[in-house]
Amino acid sequence: MSEAILTPIEKKPIGFTAGVLAAAGAFAGLLVGTAQGSGFVGLVIGALLMAALGFIAMQALAEEMEKPVRWALIALAAIGGFFLGGYPGLILGALFGWFFGWFVYWIGLGRYRAHLVPYLTGGQVLWHYTFRIICGAIFVFLITPILVVMPLSFNAEDFFTFTPEMLRFDPEGYSLKHYRDFLTNPEWTNAVKNSLMIAPVATFISVSLGTLAAIGLSQSHVPGKRAIMAILISPMIVPLIISATGMYFFYSKIGIVGTYWGVVLAHAVLGIPFVIITVTATLVGFDKSLTRAAANMGANPVTTFFKVQMPLILPGVISGGLFAFITSFDEVVVVLFIGSAELQTLPWQMFTGLREQISPTILAAATILVGISICLLTAVEILRRRSERLRGLSPG
Amino acid sequence: MKLSKTLMATSALTVAAAGAYAAGHGMADSMTLVSWGGAYQASQQNAYVAPYLEMNDGVSATWDESSAEAVAKLRAMNEAGNITWDLVDVVAADAIRLCDEGLAMEVDHDELLAPAPDGTSASDDFGDLIVSDCFIPQIVYSTTFGYRTDMVGDTPPTSVCAVFDTEAYPGKRSLERRPIANMEWALICDGVSIDEVYNVLETEEGQDRALAKLDTIKDDVIWWNAGADTPQLLADGEVVIGSTYNGRLFSAIEEQDQPIGMLWDWQMFDLDGWIIPAGLPEDRLARVQDFVRFATDTQRLADQAKYISYGPARASSAPLVSTHAELGIEMAPHMPTDPANAQNTFLFNYEFWADYRDDIDAKFQAWLAR
Repeated sequence: MSEAILTPIEKKPIGFTAGVLAAAGAFAGLLVGTAQGSGFVGLVIGALLMAALGFIAMQALAEEMEKPVRWALIALAAIGGFFLGGYPGLILGALFGWFFGWFVYWIGLGRYRAHLVPYLTGGQVLWHYTFRIICGAIFVFLITPILVVMPLSFNAEDFFTFTPEMLRFDPEGYSLKHYRDFLTNPEWTNAVKNSLMIAPVATFISVSLGTLAAIGLSQSHVPGKRAIMAILISPMIVPLIISATGMYFFYSKIGIVGTYWGVVLAHAVLGIPFVIITVTATLVGFDKSLTRAAANMGANPVTTFFKVQMPLILPGVISGGLFAFITSFDEVVVVLFIGSAELQTLPWQMFTGLREQISPTILAAATILVGISICLLTAVEILRRRSERLRGLSPG
Repeated sequence: MKLSKTLMATSALTVAAAGAYAAGHGMADSMTLVSWGGAYQASQQNAYVAPYLEMNDGVSATWDESSAEAVAKLRAMNEAGNITWDLVDVVAADAIRLCDEGLAMEVDHDELLAPAPDGTSASDDFGDLIVSDCFIPQIVYSTTFGYRTDMVGDTPPTSVCAVFDTEAYPGKRSLERRPIANMEWALICDGVSIDEVYNVLETEEGQDRALAKLDTIKDDVIWWNAGADTPQLLADGEVVIGSTYNGRLFSAIEEQDQPIGMLWDWQMFDLDGWIIPAGLPEDRLARVQDFVRFATDTQRLADQAKYISYGPARASSAPLVSTHAELGIEMAPHMPTDPANAQNTFLFNYEFWADYRDDIDAKFQAWLAR
């Protein structure tokens, strides 16, 4: 875990330490102050507090006092937070205290340079950390909306609201009733059942057809390869609503709108591009001489496919299948057109539920779905690593 | 399979002797009902769908919560020649539109619907609420305001003009993202008398005047699209006052204990009811007619009011309205039609909005985007 120390560190001049800390304090103060009513007051108080803290820690007390100072800071900030905002304030305050205690010594003793090469200029060091902060901010931006949903799904009320009880961590404010509703209400259980009946069959069709298409298209003698590929990938590129409208009118003509097989076929069409893309990618690394060797030993093409080719491209097939499964499982536009009231899938139920009655049962469903998605994507990632390892692309 | 099911259902029905109309007709054994979801659909399920299914063994009903896009979907179904819905719950304005386009079936109300217990014919019992030949009224609801009781100080609002008074009631307000009702309220609060509202709104100057009034609060308005939005915003304390359907407010106040008060002043009445899609095959039509006759009789409409605070559309149902099914509170004082609540009201003006909706919509959207 710990990297080698590349640069000897030394205590920084107090002017630098106080300046950087004041800037950080001003930023934190601005956020807290804006939440409390006045951004400017928060900014000034934050800057003064942090500058004073830097001065005390660096000048007034010895470096050996680091541990007690940091613990004292955590305690003080936690108590301050408690008076401002009760138990949540206590936890937030302690986190603040922990962070700034670490930050003061990190800046003041020049530790931030320890793991960087010694010849970097000040600007390069600044950019190194700014870049990391930007990446972190993007990550937070992407993940926060999903995280916010999770505690709300344990809400004891029927609204998407953080109630005062929830913010106080009062057990009264929390409840599993939305999960109970999700698991017992026939509207939701039917939706889950429908989704689970449709998605695997659609996935199976997508995988069979998509794998065959990818293998066919990887042969060098197929004419018009690019055009065929483009057509097969098109369901992924054409706006979904247009595919859905087209399918609706076509499927009405042949009489399969509102039937189980209609929805399965529509979802299979949407899943095929994912399978083709992942399998094609795996086939790039596939050694053609293996099939020739198999043929040379008397295996017919079908045996060659199942005994030689399939095991080697299996990770690509499975990850394509997982994408196809998620596509079917998450799909709402096409199913609104092709589906019928008896075939309401989970996303359909969530869509109409969100429009007509904002009930946290949707959040409970969303939380469960996020959990399933994380499991599936983890499986994809593990498979990908395994295939890389097998092909010797990575040392791991 | 299908045939034997139908036969079974038919014989079961004959045994149950389910109404004179049914006798001798083959009836389908399943129905797809289209409604709005939420508490409203639950009230329909409890008041008449569940009892009907209990009386008719072997019949099943499936809900499709698609009333919001019923017009578009029925058009598509009609074009594709594949009507999958049997009975559709729509607001009166949509019923009129569907009837004009020939997508809904015209019905003879006296023949299709049951008379009142005292013998009054259905058309007299529903009276003026039959606004279209295709429309089978169920309920009267209103679009009105709810406010946060803990955010209005000691002087809770009593007039709809509180919405436009940002000094007395600071904070955000929520209004529906369409001109209907908002334009009328703006003019009333700008000093136009109720008799004059639509005369004023006919003119360019009148429309500009209403928009100018709305302009005074534009920065404070959160526009909503779905009926669930305003209760959510009120529960969050995100808005101090907001318009929505009165039943939604009832459920937030009485069933979910939110600190919200009702403001009934100048509530806008509207009607909601069934239409039967045109072009149903005979067996399905027979089933639907049998169901609708049951579902809109005097007692069933009164029963619906046990579950939601919408007024039954039959005059003969009003005296039968009793208490809430779970809370046990009297429902009559929560009805939009209760005399105490109905001092200042107006009815959704179908004729006016049929003629002016496109123009005013365009103006309103342009104003919103400005």
